[in-house]
Amino acid sequence: MPKDDGIGASVKRREDTRFLTGNGRYTDDINLRGQTYVHFLRSDVAHGKINGIDTSAAEAMPGVLKIFTSADFESAGGIPCGWQVTDKHGQPMQEPKHPILAEGKVRHVGDPIAAVVAETYEQARDAAEAIDLDIEELEPVVDMVKALEDGAPKVHDDLTSNLCYDWGFVEENKDAVNEAFGKAAHVVSLELTNNRLVANPMEPRVAVGDYDPWGDTHTLYTTSQNPHVIRLLMGAFVLSIPEHKLRVVAPDVGGGFGSKIYHYAEEAFCTYAAKVIKRPVKWTSTRSEAFISDAHGRDHKTKIELALDADHNFMAIRTETYANMGAYLSTFAPSIPTWLHGTLMAGNYKTPLIYVNVKAVFTNTVPVDAYRGAGRPEATFQIERLVDKAARELGVDPVELRRKNFIKPEEFPYQTPVAVVYDTGNYHATMDKMLELADYANFEARRAESAKNGKLRGFGIAHYIEACGIAPSNLVGQLGARAGLYESASVRVNATGSISVYTGSHSHGQGHETTFAQVVADMIGVDANSIEIHHGDTSNTPMGMGTYGSRSLAVGGSAIVRATNKVIDKAKKIAAHLLEAAPEDIELKDGKFSVAGTDKSVDWSGVTLAAYVPHNYPLEDLEPGLEETAFYDPSNFTYPSGAYGCEIELDPETGKIDILRFIAADDFGNIVNPMIVEGQVHGGLAQGIGQALLENCVYDENGQLLSGSYMDYAMPRADDVRGFTVDHSCVTPCTHNPLGVKGCGEAGAIGSPPAVVNAAIDALHRAGHTHVKHIDMPLTPSRVWAAMNG
Amino acid sequence: MHNFEFVKPSSVADAVAALANGEAQPLSGGQTLIPSMKARLNAPEVLVSLTGIAEMQGVSRDGGALEVGAATTHATVALEAASHFPGLAGLAGQIGDPAVRARGTIGGSIANNDPSACYPAAVLGTVATIVTDRREIAADDFFQGMFTTALDEGEFITKVRFPIPEASSYAKFLQPASRFALTGVFVAKYASGVRVAVTGASEDGVFRWAEAEAALSSNFDAEAVAGLSVPADGMISDLHGTSEYRAHLVRVMTQRAVRAAS
Repeated sequence: MPKDDGIGASVKRREDTRFLTGNGRYTDDINLRGQTYVHFLRSDVAHGKINGIDTSAAEAMPGVLKIFTSADFESAGGIPCGWQVTDKHGQPMQEPKHPILAEGKVRHVGDPIAAVVAETYEQARDAAEAIDLDIEELEPVVDMVKALEDGAPKVHDDLTSNLCYDWGFVEENKDAVNEAFGKAAHVVSLELTNNRLVANPMEPRVAVGDYDPWGDTHTLYTTSQNPHVIRLLMGAFVLSIPEHKLRVVAPDVGGGFGSKIYHYAEEAFCTYAAKVIKRPVKWTSTRSEAFISDAHGRDHKTKIELALDADHNFMAIRTETYANMGAYLSTFAPSIPTWLHGTLMAGNYKTPLIYVNVKAVFTNTVPVDAYRGAGRPEATFQIERLVDKAARELGVDPVELRRKNFIKPEEFPYQTPVAVVYDTGNYHATMDKMLELADYANFEARRAESAKNGKLRGFGIAHYIEACGIAPSNLVGQLGARAGLYESASVRVNATGSISVYTGSHSHGQGHETTFAQVVADMIGVDANSIEIHHGDTSNTPMGMGTYGSRSLAVGGSAIVRATNKVIDKAKKIAAHLLEAAPEDIELKDGKFSVAGTDKSVDWSGVTLAAYVPHNYPLEDLEPGLEETAFYDPSNFTYPSGAYGCEIELDPETGKIDILRFIAADDFGNIVNPMIVEGQVHGGLAQGIGQALLENCVYDENGQLLSGSYMDYAMPRADDVRGFTVDHSCVTPCTHNPLGVKGCGEAGAIGSPPAVVNAAIDALHRAGHTHVKHIDMPLTPSRVWAAMNG
Repeated sequence: MHNFEFVKPSSVADAVAALANGEAQPLSGGQTLIPSMKARLNAPEVLVSLTGIAEMQGVSRDGGALEVGAATTHATVALEAASHFPGLAGLAGQIGDPAVRARGTIGGSIANNDPSACYPAAVLGTVATIVTDRREIAADDFFQGMFTTALDEGEFITKVRFPIPEASSYAKFLQPASRFALTGVFVAKYASGVRVAVTGASEDGVFRWAEAEAALSSNFDAEAVAGLSVPADGMISDLHGTSEYRAHLVRVMTQRAVRAAS
């Protein structure tokens, strides 16, 4: 019988009480005594030479305290990049400086040029309008392919070209891959775009910098997914502030989806400016500003080819991808199209030979970095669209073609040709479960019903794999990461038995305060309500790497398990002393320590009290107190997988697609809180369906953002995302972490886009529109109608 | 947003006086003006709110016509016009979202004449009369291209008089981001003939589709326009739809409006 607040229980999220009653404390809720406000004057051209910035009139405006330009940051470093990719010739990527405020040139619409600090926000904005800018417009480069042509304008004059790197993976396999294509019975190819997206968390970014001369200490409150990473990058590389003088706090954060991983210029600015003007400095992004300053996601152009033998076995995959980096390298940007993308190109299939080429390109656009899924959605979209196209061209059932090439359950652990080893999985099981839940067998009857009403019904399938639980530090170090990717936890047991857990993970919607407490409650056998989870403050949590890449439970949870086990080991020694028994004879069950085979016992609080009031305590052998810290570095990635089915109706008159049902059968390994997992999948599906049907970040040829507000950037609304069936009954536990968990945060966004597009193509083909081979996302009604009538 | 003065007169005469100041701008719901002020794209020195004037509020029946006060919100029209003129009420109920419908007004919408707004289609599609603080303007003379109307400087709408049609309906295809009309068609059938007005599609703003009016006047059936089309030339082309697509939607939405009205 599972504990009703332990592992496996659908406990309601405890943090929701404060969020839903208006008692959350977000960064914008933090207002410090004497606080000032900064407004950033941002470039309205995509590319230009700064000939002069005259701030004299603006400085005389009411309330203005100081106007900063790049000249104020001559001693500061640039915003660092956290990952160095090595190109196919063994050379490091080209890495331009990313200044806090533009130096000499502006490189994208939104690039900050000057910062006005004033008594009020409105005064800062008024004064910014009075700054006289002399900017000579230069021809911008917006299109990735054109950016690599000879004679293209250069985003960075000090680099040799707009090419960041030309990466080949696995370079040694290239000839063998080409040879396989020469021998193939069938070759299927597809050119596609993975549309550029804006993350759009509900809470825009905010930063409050504070300087305390009493201890010469800096504090930054910021909307971050990883405050320790910000402290390390900003302290060590930008502002030269050692860790013990710098505290970074990320309080309640209203969604991140990747866009709040990175260290941003505004954070460094507020931290620095607070010391200069000797008062706290606050910046709150407007939604319009978020569109032109938050890192964007995706933006790949790919040609992918699949070689098959006469029996339809996959022989080889070959890809060529252009990946947009934007104007500067955001924190993890170079790793996304490479190590988080190329390593997933095997998908769920036994494809013996794979070669992935990625050209990362600088353009005059906002920097691009990880967005929910990060590289893995791009890989999954290519593979699952291509496999579907292959089935169509070969005239075989898309389910059967997948099943034929799936890695079989008995073949795990499975070494892919793209470096990673999948530890477990059962793709046949998830596929079967999805088809059962979808009532796939009766699809034809439903299609006939739709046809009577003049609608085209289609069913799309996708099967995904992702690499989560990021990541083994020694491995990512070899691949160019400039950080480790372990996680940390401290478990502090208080005298009366309550427990305070300090995690290096960060919750910004994931429900850690609930699930992490469930884990500890289950291990010790105490009430989950006696456990508090603390996160987000570098001054009280151990150095941790934060939350992204579906890593928090798999890596952060494992650190908590480890620290809790240390606590239990010590508590057993204390119990053994109190019970006059040997520690190895002590059993812990339901919060009670007992001596095996006897009725002698002491409860949890009896032991914890003894630890802090050590009157009867083995002081010669054991320190008082009960508090342990552990770090966990995973030995492998985790590999969640799943089968997704999407059933749509397409209106042939307008091209509009309605999703009728969406079935997600995921294998997330063991599950701590099924309700939270279901919510995570719903959110991921909404974002994936958003990408497939609605969302598109578009620049014109001048580098102006055409979709710079919700008037033109279409976010999914409730009535766009209906009919979800989420199942996670197929379980192959992760073999290498103590909880057997794999991660669930990104799955929905990874598996859903190809399922939606495959459904649309299916509907069109079943209705005779067989000339439509592919439609690029988003599948807007206009695009679908044009494809049908093209 | 820059600072501004705010005036809220309670009579048309007071509003006329307040707007006589050349720096003043009328405010009636503010669904376009306020966001543009927040973005600092517009900075009037004086805002004259028209929503506190009793005679500009509400829906009333006058024989065969329905009169709607210019400061009446979309939500009120959706509710109060329903039993008299369901086509108009249906259109009002499709504008924006509940928050927009609770603030936005008919006068504000047609004075702004956004090329993708819904109301201009109903006004032009019904032989309506626009009553201002100084004159009456026929719908056919009122809309003069994207964001342009017959209103003079300082002139404001006080009410709109709709001759109630025998049958009518508005078919709207949503622009997926803003949920304005990517293309919307209002069809109204009178004893004298059928009117068809199209919004969202043309670079010149709302327009009447004369060919469809003629066809539907002789046979009020969706099939009557099945073979008709409007040229793509002059239609809006943007992120959300090409000019060819909008031209196609004009026919599709016209047919849907006719079916719904029949």
